[in-house]
This record gives sequence, structure tokens and C-alpha cells, in this order.
Amino acid sequence: MTIAAAFLQSALDPAGPQSAHIAALWWLLFWISAAVFVLVIGFLGAAILRRGARETSERQLTFGVSVAVAVTVVVLFAILGATMFAERANATLGASSAVTIELTGHQFWWEVQYDAGRPADRVTTANEIHIPVGRPVVLKVTSRDVIHSFWAPNLHGKRDLIPGYTTAIWLQADRPQVFRAQCAEFCGRQHAHMAMQIVAEPEDAFERWLDAERAPAREPADDGARRGRDVFMKRQCVLCHQIRGTSASGLVGPELTHIASRGTLAAGTLPNTMGHLGGWVVNPQALKPGSQMPGNPLTSDELQSLLAYMESLK
Amino acid sequence: MSDPDRALPPVLEDPAALQATWSDPPGIVGWIQTVDHKRIAIRYLVTAFAMFLCGGVLAALMRLQLSRPENTLFGPDFYNQLFTTHGTNMMFLFAVPVTQALGIYFVPLMVGSRNIAFPRLVAYSYWLYLGGCLMLWVPFLLNTGPDVGWFSYTPLAEILYTPTKRADVWAQMITFTEVAGLAVAVAIVTTALKLRAPGMSLNRMPIFVWGMVVQSLMIIFAMPAVMLASTALILDRLVNTHFFDVERGGDALLWQHLFWFFGHPEVYIIFIPGTALVSTIVTTFSRRHVYGYLAIVMSLVSTGFIGFGLWVHHMFATGLPKLGESFFTAASIIVAIPTGVQFFCWIATLWSGRTSMKAPLVWVLGFFWVFLIGGLTGVMLASVPLDLQVHDTYFVVAHLHYVLIGGTVFPLFGAFYYWWPKLTGRMMSERLGGASFACFFVGFNLTFFPMHVLGLHGMPRRVYTYPPDAGWTTMNGLELVGVALMTLGVVLFIVDAWASLRRGVVASDDPWLSGTLEWATTSPPPAYNFLHSPTVGGREPLWDNPPDQPIVVGLRTDVRDVLVTHVMDAEPDHRSEFPQPSYWPLLTALSTAALFVGSIFTAWAVVTCALPLFVSMTGWFWPKAKGETGTQVWPIEHRTLPMPTEPPSGRAA
Repeated sequence: MTIAAAFLQSALDPAGPQSAHIAALWWLLFWISAAVFVLVIGFLGAAILRRGARETSERQLTFGVSVAVAVTVVVLFAILGATMFAERANATLGASSAVTIELTGHQFWWEVQYDAGRPADRVTTANEIHIPVGRPVVLKVTSRDVIHSFWAPNLHGKRDLIPGYTTAIWLQADRPQVFRAQCAEFCGRQHAHMAMQIVAEPEDAFERWLDAERAPAREPADDGARRGRDVFMKRQCVLCHQIRGTSASGLVGPELTHIASRGTLAAGTLPNTMGHLGGWVVNPQALKPGSQMPGNPLTSDELQSLLAYMESLK
Repeated sequence: MSDPDRALPPVLEDPAALQATWSDPPGIVGWIQTVDHKRIAIRYLVTAFAMFLCGGVLAALMRLQLSRPENTLFGPDFYNQLFTTHGTNMMFLFAVPVTQALGIYFVPLMVGSRNIAFPRLVAYSYWLYLGGCLMLWVPFLLNTGPDVGWFSYTPLAEILYTPTKRADVWAQMITFTEVAGLAVAVAIVTTALKLRAPGMSLNRMPIFVWGMVVQSLMIIFAMPAVMLASTALILDRLVNTHFFDVERGGDALLWQHLFWFFGHPEVYIIFIPGTALVSTIVTTFSRRHVYGYLAIVMSLVSTGFIGFGLWVHHMFATGLPKLGESFFTAASIIVAIPTGVQFFCWIATLWSGRTSMKAPLVWVLGFFWVFLIGGLTGVMLASVPLDLQVHDTYFVVAHLHYVLIGGTVFPLFGAFYYWWPKLTGRMMSERLGGASFACFFVGFNLTFFPMHVLGLHGMPRRVYTYPPDAGWTTMNGLELVGVALMTLGVVLFIVDAWASLRRGVVASDDPWLSGTLEWATTSPPPAYNFLHSPTVGGREPLWDNPPDQPIVVGLRTDVRDVLVTHVMDAEPDHRSEFPQPSYWPLLTALSTAALFVGSIFTAWAVVTCALPLFVSMTGWFWPKAKGETGTQVWPIEHRTLPMPTEPPSGRAA
């Protein structure tokens, strides 16, 4: 079984240049460490088992210890060199055609914005990033509340999302795949359920997705969905969520303009199906206790309509 | 400089007189008032071991929760309290106090003194430490335990995101334990530098004492940083200052710098005594002087210095400038050198010695295996790119447990087996010791080794649950088996200790044929430690002293006279009369505790509780009648008398 199949996310299954450099560095350090471990434990075992069999002069001991210390220093310098090499390689990703994504952490979800030349072309979405395969991506990260950390192990190491600071991290995916990213800095009660999908896809698919995301929400096509939109606008949903193209413009929770096109709900907590969405809307505290979303005591009719509307937001 | 007019006290001390002078009042009064370093240390040891067990129970509960994906045994709220309390407890209430406890007990004995320096301060420190234990565990049992991590990062710990008292509980628990830790550190440094037996120049000081000195100096420099940070945090929460409040000009990262400026040295604070214990045990059971005494001591000292230059490697993921990062990478790699030097010196000692495989040495061999792995992964974490992948994952959980359990708990169990006869006068069982070690060692590796793999395969720390398809289930299940084995190991140790107390073989004064001074007195030592204040003629006085090694005479036996010597060469300087048992340390600790606890709720507690604190401190420092006490320059005369070969019959009654 391959690592990709066995693990949802893994630093040892690199899919980009950065993670590949780091994985190579890991294997180098692993083998060095294994050799050092075997040598030290070997000498320790011999030291005990020989029980002072032959007299060893202090001079011989000094010679042995000096050699060991010298080897240690050389190995440590080698590790330092390998580190600097990997660091340098990771810092020099071609930047000319990079996709710029602004990533903002919230308790407990991710706000995503794609930069564009004109403000009107900016794309805002949540809890899912699409990136073109083979093209560098720069993530400009910050946080609106506490410290979070962005980590997609198959692509690169972590970068903290710190309120008051904006920093940039570069990555690139070399194969089309849906990767998982997870918050890696303890951020409160639902730190465990703060993940997202990173969809790496071919350039044209990515552009199509971006265009679709840029568009405002579709008008509901049938009565059920229209009733659902009314439910959304009259209930507390509208206070926190945004649906572009409607009057819903809350900025507290994830924006929902194209919610139906996303793979997961509640920041990677649940698969995006009608059933899960229904459960989530009615009682999010049962599925993600401590999340900021309150429960919504809707009638069955209201819920069905709302779900129909949500399903139409492709 | 001797004064010919002054008559010297009798040459041979009278055990009964010493006993009368140095013993505590009987019963509960003496228990409260005691300033005997041995009684205080045992108190510390018992409390710290209880904390170890409590923290272990929390760890087992966490492993239970994580043994299955999407387990509903505990919710996030309780789980966050579990790992916060576990980490805080193990760092602040177990690891540091337990090593300091050994220092309180053995540093005075190893340097041949009658008591620790500043004994009332040490008594005070215990009560504050106990206050810290209650400060953490009472709220935990009331379901208001801290839940923001043992590192309590801001802004999560700020009032906006943690509106309950949980972060205040954490912050004031820090204050309790750090005041206690600082008090002990000061006492240990002073004891080691000023109360050494004549002849014990610095280059003859036992390595364990060196380790405690380095630890104590690190505490003195590191702990104020975290006290400053936790005080700033509580000010933010209590009186609306904005140290860490980003919205109003504060800085979220400031906390991390202050915390890790303490937090990284803390690692060395914890395991430097551990490595010093290893040197001690390796020496005794190799039957030779340790190879490379100077190299080992210099390694301890240089680790103490370099340890302050590493803190940023906890913050590589924050996005610091590359040049700054590379400095901390280099420092984090360099710190491996002194530890490596110590490893090689120990192996050389064992290589050329005649090893006797007793329980203490077996635990130390476990240390080699475990701590070596922890050190190697530590070098990996110094490497910025790799650290960015494994930071805040289970890889780090594995690493830190390999370092801290390897560097401290294994040597500590070795030290328990080693010093148990001295502490209790009875031997522990070699067989149970071996079985306990085997369970703990195998269980430990089974629990923590898979965590390296889990971290590399993406499992973050501090998650209360994980998805079933993540691929982490098998290893987390395996770890639960390891926990069961570790628990069995600890239970066997407790059984062994219990059985030894009940009907263990009575220990001689020096059952392991060790060389340092704590073995030159009875097991357990009398209240006055040594019948004859010793002088030393070598690094291992019991091995090196000639038969006619002088002893110190000229100390009074009717008051608590202690010999004070010069820092470098331990030449006799003067004698000092040490304080009597007293209620004031407890009363002062109670006033201090009222202030700390009260300030969780209102800033006015600082004002109102200052009054009882002032009163109790005044009582503590009330001047004694003239001539009754205080430091006096007094002639000390060496007499050439044979060191008694048999334990004196006047053993503590």
C-alpha cells in the first residue's frame, strides 16, 4: 500500500518541490541518526559486556573519546549544511506567475481570498483552496482572532497565522490531487476540526473554477429553493454569512456563495452532503462542540427548503 | 588567624548534644516548623511523586480517548483540560520540583554540611509549591482547570477568548511554583558554593552538585521571564492592560518570546540534574572515578549557557527572518556537542570500569537508549525545513517525551534505587527493580516511538479526536498497550518501595561502596547529618581519603553551627549559626498564597494581602538577641583524627 493510500496527509508523500526537499532532508537525517544510534548503543553494549576485560589506559580512552567528539562535530556540521541547502532550495521558488491567495484564520475555519488586478475580480470563499498544478502559489496568511497554523504536509511545512502579522509562504503542487490541510497550532476547543481541502487541478480546470467562484450566487430555480432563500434571509443565518448577489452580507462566518461546490462542511469536519448539511444547520454543537455556529430550530419544512436553496448554490 | 585565647570546644562531638541541638520539636509542631533539609526534601519527593502519578493518570486518559478515531469518551472541553493540566503538572509540579528535592536532600550531604543554606526559605518554598499543586488540581477537579495549553499562548489565553478563570488559574499556578523554584535554587547555589567541606575545592565537587548548581543558576535566569509573562497576562485579564492584545497595540508574539526564553532553558533545567545523576550512578557502578570529570563539568556549564540561545526554535513556524532563524538553528545544533561529550565520557567510564549490574545502573542504561533517540530527534528539530513539517505534530510529542522521560525520569528511577537505602535505611529488591524497569522501558517505547511516525504522517498535537480514514488508528491503539505496560512498571516500583519499607533488608551506610560524602553517614542520616564534620582529600572522599583524613573541630554543638568555606578552594572561612525551627515560613507562605489566589479575582487582593505578608515577614526577620545568632568569624581548627570506620552508635534515636 502506498503512503498516499494509507494516510490522509503525510510529510513523507511529497507532492511539491518544497515537501520533496524536506522529505529528502528527513531521510538524510534519519539515516545519519540511525547510524549514530547503532554506533553509540553498540559501544555502550560492548563497554558493559566486556566488564573491564583488558586494562584500557586513560590515553586510549582519551583517544577514543576525542575521535567520537570529532566525528560528532563533523556530522553536526554536515547536518547544518544540509539544512541550509534545503532552506535555500525552498526559498527560491519561481515567483513570476504565482497565484496569490490570502488566507485568514478564524475560530475554527479558513477565510480564502484570491487576489486579482481589479477589486471586483477578487474571489472570496472559505475552507477550500484550488490551485493550478505546476504553478507556484503564494499564501499570505494572517488571523482574525487567535493564532492558527496552516499545514498541508504533502506540499510544505507549516506557517502560523498570527493576528497582527501577515506573512507569506510559497508552495506548489506537482500532481493533480485533493490534499488535506489542517490547523497545526492549538486554537481552542475545535482545533481538531479545523481542516480544509486543497484541490490541485490542471490550469484550465482551475481557471474555470475561479470564474465560477467569481460569479454571484445563482438565482433559485424552483419554489422550494426560493422558499429556502427566504428562510435564510429571515432567520439568523443572514447575520453571520455572506451570499454574494443577495442581501446576505455577514462577515462573521464562512461565505456561502458557492457552498454546494465544496467538498466538505464546517472546515473539513463533514462531507458535503444534504444529510450532513441538515444536521449541521440544526445542531452544529453536537457535531463540533464549541464552534461559533449556534443551533437553528427550524421546522422540517423550513429545513427542507433551506437545504434545497443551499444545494442550488453551485 | 586562630585566637589562642578562645578555648576550643571538645574535640569529639557528643551525638546526644548534636541530636538535642539539631532535632525538631516532637510531633505536629516539629512537622510544621521543621527546617531540616532532609525532612523538607522528603516532603517534596512524596508530593512530586504523587503529582507524577496524577499527571500519568491524565496521560492514560488522553491515550484512551485517542485509541479510537472519533471517540466520544471525552469532549473537547475536558480533553483540552486534560492535556493542559498534564503538561503543566509534569513540567512545573513534577519535573523541576523532584530534581530540586533531590538537590535539597543530597547537596548538603554531598558537600558535607549540617544543613542547607537558608533553611527557612526552603521550608517556605515547600509550602508555596504545595500551594501551586492545589492551585492546579483543585480547579481541575472542579472542572475549571486551565484549557489553553501548558504554554498558554496569547491571544487564546486573553480574556476575549478565555473569559473564564481558567487562564488565571494557570498564570497564578506559575507564580506559586516559580517563587518556590527560585527560593530553592538560591539555597542550593549558596550551599554548593559556601558550605562545602574543607578540601572540597571546586574541582572536587561531586558532579551531581555541579548539575544542581547549573540547574539552579539557569532557574535564576530563566524563571523570572515566565513570571514576568504570566504576570503581564494576568494584568491583561484583570486590569485591562494590553501587553498581548493585538487590537489595542499589544503583540501576540511577545508572549512566545517571553515564554520560550524560559521554556527552552526549562528543558535543560529538567534534564541537567538527570545527566548529573547518570554521572553519579555510572561512577559508582563502574567502580572508578568518572572518565573526563572536567569535560563533563564543562559540558554541564556550557549546556547551561547555550540553552539560553535556542528559544526561537519553538517559533520557526511563525515566519521569522531567515538570518535570525539560522542563528538559532546553529545554536540548537551546537548544544548537541556537550551532551555528546558526556555520552562518550560515560561510555569510556563503563568501558574501563568493572561494572556491577545493579538496578540503578539498569535504569541508567535505559536512559542511554531513550535519551539518545530524544537527542537525535532534537537535532532534526533544529533544522528549520524539517521542523516546519514536524513542529506541533506527534513527532514533537515523541521527541519531548524521549528527552524529558529519558533525560529525567529514567535517571530519577535509577536515583531512587540508588539513594533509597540512604533515604530509608532499607534496600529495595533487585528483582522487582528489574521487572519494573523492563515494563516501563518496553511500555515507554511502545507508547512513544510510534508517535514519531504519526507526526510525519500528519497527526497534529492537541487534537481531541481524528478522522477514521486518517491512517492513524492502528498506531494510536498500539500506544494504549504501551501505556498499560508503563503503568505496570510504575505499580511494580511502588510495590517494591512499599515492601522495602515494611520488611526490606536493612541497609548499611554505604551499600553500593560509593565514594561521595552522603555515604559517610548513617542510613538514614541523623538530624545533624555528620557526627564529625568531614574534610575531603579527593573527588570521591570515601575512596580517596587517607585513613588519617582530618575532621573539622571547633563547631559548637549547643547551637546550630555550620561551617562556611571559601568559594574556590573551600578553605574554612567562618562559622554561621543556622536558624531554629519556626512557624514563620508557613505563615508567610499562607499570606503569599492568599495574595496569589486573591489576585485571580481582584487587583485589591495585592493591597490587602500585603498586610499579613508584611507582618509574617517581619516576624520571620525579627532581629535575634545580640550574641545569640548571626554570622561570626570563629576560628576553625583541623584535627587529624581517623575517620570513624564504623557508624557511630549514637545514631539518630
